[in-house]
Amino acid sequence: MKITLKVWRQKNGKTPGNFNTYTLPDVSEDMSFLEMFDVLNDELIRKGEDSIAFDHDCREGICGMCSMYINGRAHGPLTGTTTCQLHMRHFKDGDTIVVEPWRASAFPIIKDLMVDRSAFDRVIQAGGFISVNTGNAVDANSIPIPKEDADKAFDAAACIGCGACVATCKNASAMLFVSAKVSQLALLPQGQPERNMRVKKMVEAMDEEGFGNCTNTGACEVECPKGISLDHIARMNRDYLVSNIVD
Amino acid sequence: MILDAKIPEGPIADKWTRYKATIPLVNPANKRNIEIIVVGTGLAGASAAATLGEMGYKVKAFCFQDSPRRAHSIAAQGGINAAKNYSNDGDSVHRLFYDTIKGGDYRSREANVHRLAEVSTAIIDQCVAQGVPFAREYGGLLDNRSFGGVQVSRTFYAKGQTGQQLLLGAYSALSRQVGRKQVQMFSRHEMLDVVIIDGKARGIIARDLVTGKLERHFGHAVVLATGGYGNVFFLSTNAMGSNVTAIWKAHKKGAFFGNPCFTQIHPTCIPVSGDHQSKLTLMSESLRNDGRIWVPKKKDDSRKAVDIPEDERDYYLERRYPAFGNLVPRDIASRAAKERCDAGYGVGSSKMAVYLDFSDSIRRLGKDVIEARYGNLFEIYEKITGEDPYTTPMRIYPAVHYTMGGLWVDYNLMTTVPGLYATGECNFSDHGANRLGASALMQGLADGYFVLPITIGEFLSKDIRTKAIPTDHPEFEKAEKEAQDRIARLMSIKGNKPVDHFHKELGKVMWEYCGMARNAEGLQKAKKMVQDIRASFWKEVRIPGAADETNPELEKALRVADFLELGELMIDDAYDRNESCGGHFREEYQTEDGEALRDDNNYAYVSAWQYKGDNQPEVLHKEPLVFENVKLVQRSYK
Amino acid sequence: MATAATGLFRSSIGRKYLMALSGLFLCTFLVVHLLGNLQLFQNDGGVAFNLYSAFMANNPLIKTIAYVNYAFILLHIIDGFYLAAQNRKARPQGYAKVDQSKSSSWSSRNMALLGTIILVFLIVHMKSFWFEMKFGNMPVTTIEGESYKDMYSVVVEAFSQPWYAALYVVSMFAIGFHLYHGFASGFQSLGIRHHRYTPAIQNLGTFLFAILIPALFAAMPVYFCLKNL
Repeated sequence: MKITLKVWRQKNGKTPGNFNTYTLPDVSEDMSFLEMFDVLNDELIRKGEDSIAFDHDCREGICGMCSMYINGRAHGPLTGTTTCQLHMRHFKDGDTIVVEPWRASAFPIIKDLMVDRSAFDRVIQAGGFISVNTGNAVDANSIPIPKEDADKAFDAAACIGCGACVATCKNASAMLFVSAKVSQLALLPQGQPERNMRVKKMVEAMDEEGFGNCTNTGACEVECPKGISLDHIARMNRDYLVSNIVD
Repeated sequence: MILDAKIPEGPIADKWTRYKATIPLVNPANKRNIEIIVVGTGLAGASAAATLGEMGYKVKAFCFQDSPRRAHSIAAQGGINAAKNYSNDGDSVHRLFYDTIKGGDYRSREANVHRLAEVSTAIIDQCVAQGVPFAREYGGLLDNRSFGGVQVSRTFYAKGQTGQQLLLGAYSALSRQVGRKQVQMFSRHEMLDVVIIDGKARGIIARDLVTGKLERHFGHAVVLATGGYGNVFFLSTNAMGSNVTAIWKAHKKGAFFGNPCFTQIHPTCIPVSGDHQSKLTLMSESLRNDGRIWVPKKKDDSRKAVDIPEDERDYYLERRYPAFGNLVPRDIASRAAKERCDAGYGVGSSKMAVYLDFSDSIRRLGKDVIEARYGNLFEIYEKITGEDPYTTPMRIYPAVHYTMGGLWVDYNLMTTVPGLYATGECNFSDHGANRLGASALMQGLADGYFVLPITIGEFLSKDIRTKAIPTDHPEFEKAEKEAQDRIARLMSIKGNKPVDHFHKELGKVMWEYCGMARNAEGLQKAKKMVQDIRASFWKEVRIPGAADETNPELEKALRVADFLELGELMIDDAYDRNESCGGHFREEYQTEDGEALRDDNNYAYVSAWQYKGDNQPEVLHKEPLVFENVKLVQRSYK
Repeated sequence: MATAATGLFRSSIGRKYLMALSGLFLCTFLVVHLLGNLQLFQNDGGVAFNLYSAFMANNPLIKTIAYVNYAFILLHIIDGFYLAAQNRKARPQGYAKVDQSKSSSWSSRNMALLGTIILVFLIVHMKSFWFEMKFGNMPVTTIEGESYKDMYSVVVEAFSQPWYAALYVVSMFAIGFHLYHGFASGFQSLGIRHHRYTPAIQNLGTFLFAILIPALFAAMPVYFCLKNL
């Protein structure tokens, strides 16, 4: 099928960017969205042009590195799907597709469709962990955890840190990402000793990075490729209040 | 040179305990002055960097991804083994040790494997303490499941995302140390060379992938945890960025390469759909518990699967291996699929696939049960292929998944270069010629949390008086210049073909002649072909853009240049090993009914290859494998 | 404690608590306000309504609550504008193409716009009635021998003008949409979320606060406007 791509090109973070239009006459519907970019890049390089830079790694929907804003939606039109798992059979012959990088002041553009998401790492460094040195642990079965809690914690921990929540949020808020980690550790007995301190530090770090505020539009939950729930944001809101009251 | 594996004395069950009790250590005050470089932030790297940081060392950690959380350990699905015996089914450290040695087809080192089995239990404790949400029973205790090739249930798991959860656990421990300033994190950095001063590894040259700038970093010791090199085949289940560059550069600087030809092929992957294919996706092995594998009995049968009547289907695994049927080990299932396809019975548009059919199980157990067991896998399959596995059999084909080979290391995980360590998949040590399912995660975390942080003391304890070496030392300058020149040379070629063109050609040759089945004639042919591809790569490759900017094509070119050298060594190694064992199947060495034929008299050794210079043949050193605690027997799954 | 509190309310989540608390308080105010205003429909020439206005203007308890109410209104406005400005800063360059139709409601994405319309309405509304009542030159009426400010006739006169009625109707739509998202959102901001009770809160927000209350408020000017035609 024939696909027209309007792709954001930007040499680096300091120069302004613009859209370039490319036409691919023969796209297979079995291709993934990124494989279509591979094919386009192959062509560009053979023509002596600069290839399009984009982030990607595992290409099986789990590493969270791919990040394209496709036709107005983070990771494209399919819910519960990362860009690397989006296949061209979900588009029609003759479609024009607009592809942009994640846009947020906390995610500065590196080149073309690549952005810097290290803000997420810094939020985790501020408190997204349980302080347990190697070798300190007690036997794994010494603290039973109700299956329901363990399952909920898992659902929160399924976050791949791709940043689609920030990209899609009209305020570029990182609440879904941060709350997923706060909530995961708040649901587990091992996370209790640092529970109050953790939520405060992580929210503080989140605010410092310049993410927007949460308007509870719920768009993040819908566009999250792993379906992380707004429940976690509510839990973080609760925990943050409690942590400030008890302090 | 005689390879000294430095295996401690004493009975196997006591070696590690005794060794730990006597190993020289570095006292806390001195740790503060010692810097350690860790390259790679997967399970092995992140856990090592975190633990070394906790111990008080100054650590610099590097990864090429935009965040340490994205290392490819994250994609592991199935689980992690540990000899906890929570299932009360007779498991023990010894049994895990034995299973791993046997599963590896008796080509791994007893002492290392036993230590791995010993520390496996502490890994689970550590991960649970970090908040890793393993699957649990209703009683609140941890759940276990069984996995291929063993008779006990010792696999801990977190849905089909165990690797992700373990990595996020290690990443959180690492992040904590970054927050404490014990670890300095360098994301989007790729190591391009190791710097050796007075015979010891003292640092690395790394390229900042955003600015393109080359950087020099000093360390009293360098730990490589850079994963496997399956991408030499172009198509594999590895991540796009997974590469051999770090360990290859170490190899060229004197680290021997162990068993390079030992590659694991995973039988259940989604087949190639066309030339555009960029990687392959694995479907968990667990599918073979309820799926039946078949091909049509008629050659080139173009009917749809559902239209082929039962008596015209060939359930070839059940036919050939009545005892294990569809559950034979990975290498056997893979070869059998290749054999059928090569003989012309393959299915799908490419004819390079076999069916994995759930219709019997759905009839027997109901769709709900199958959905509960495999729902997420069926979804992945449908997402990629657009076909519904509930109504149409899945099409599967084997794909490269893991490389057992890697840098040769001694009991301390040190390579033949003093101060240079290799952990996790990038060393050769624990899996012999074939890795058991759910053991890669175990090895990565064992090395990083519990082994390396202790064994590295043996080297560093002698180094406490060594001051940090300034990075304007001539060796740093030389190494940086070499990297700079290589980049300049690549950029100046300005040919007409993109990097992937050569990578794909290399992959085809490796897959065809050094993949699931190898023979002497094919390997000889392949060696020449790889040399030719390498020559044309250096003449015709085109890299757009500049070296001093973000340039993914340059990154790829630097990696592929190394794969092109590695490929030849893999071929040499496969050619040298005149036997079939585990993932290495030489067609000349098989039993009458087509099974792998090992030669324990002549090949019970680790091949350790020494680099001798560009265009010089590498020299083979042999570390004999001595088995004192297990008896070598032929694997049989009939 | 003081520093803890300032830290709390300076954080993004703390500011959302303020929005939620003030917003939910204003929701309860709306209910009370509506119940009082329903006196307009009493066919008694404004007696009940004028008594009610006088009570509201003079009762000390009501007066105190009224000041709290003004404070919350101001807080809600200032905090709202502050958050909106911060949010704009969080994405200085927008997307060329945005499709959020499948991921969020229109209301939720336009709270600041709706809030601004409501603010304009509020100014007109306060000027017409509150300001007049407090400082204006009000007509006077006598009920049971005592003289009262005749709020009723002021209201009726205002509502009889079609443009004024139209402004009211439009504003009530804005309030409806604002609360369609805002009421339930306030609970979420405060961390009150439960798989069983949250749907009930959402229904209450939709049917009572987004539909019934604005509809009844809008009915008043429409009624008097039509009556006057």
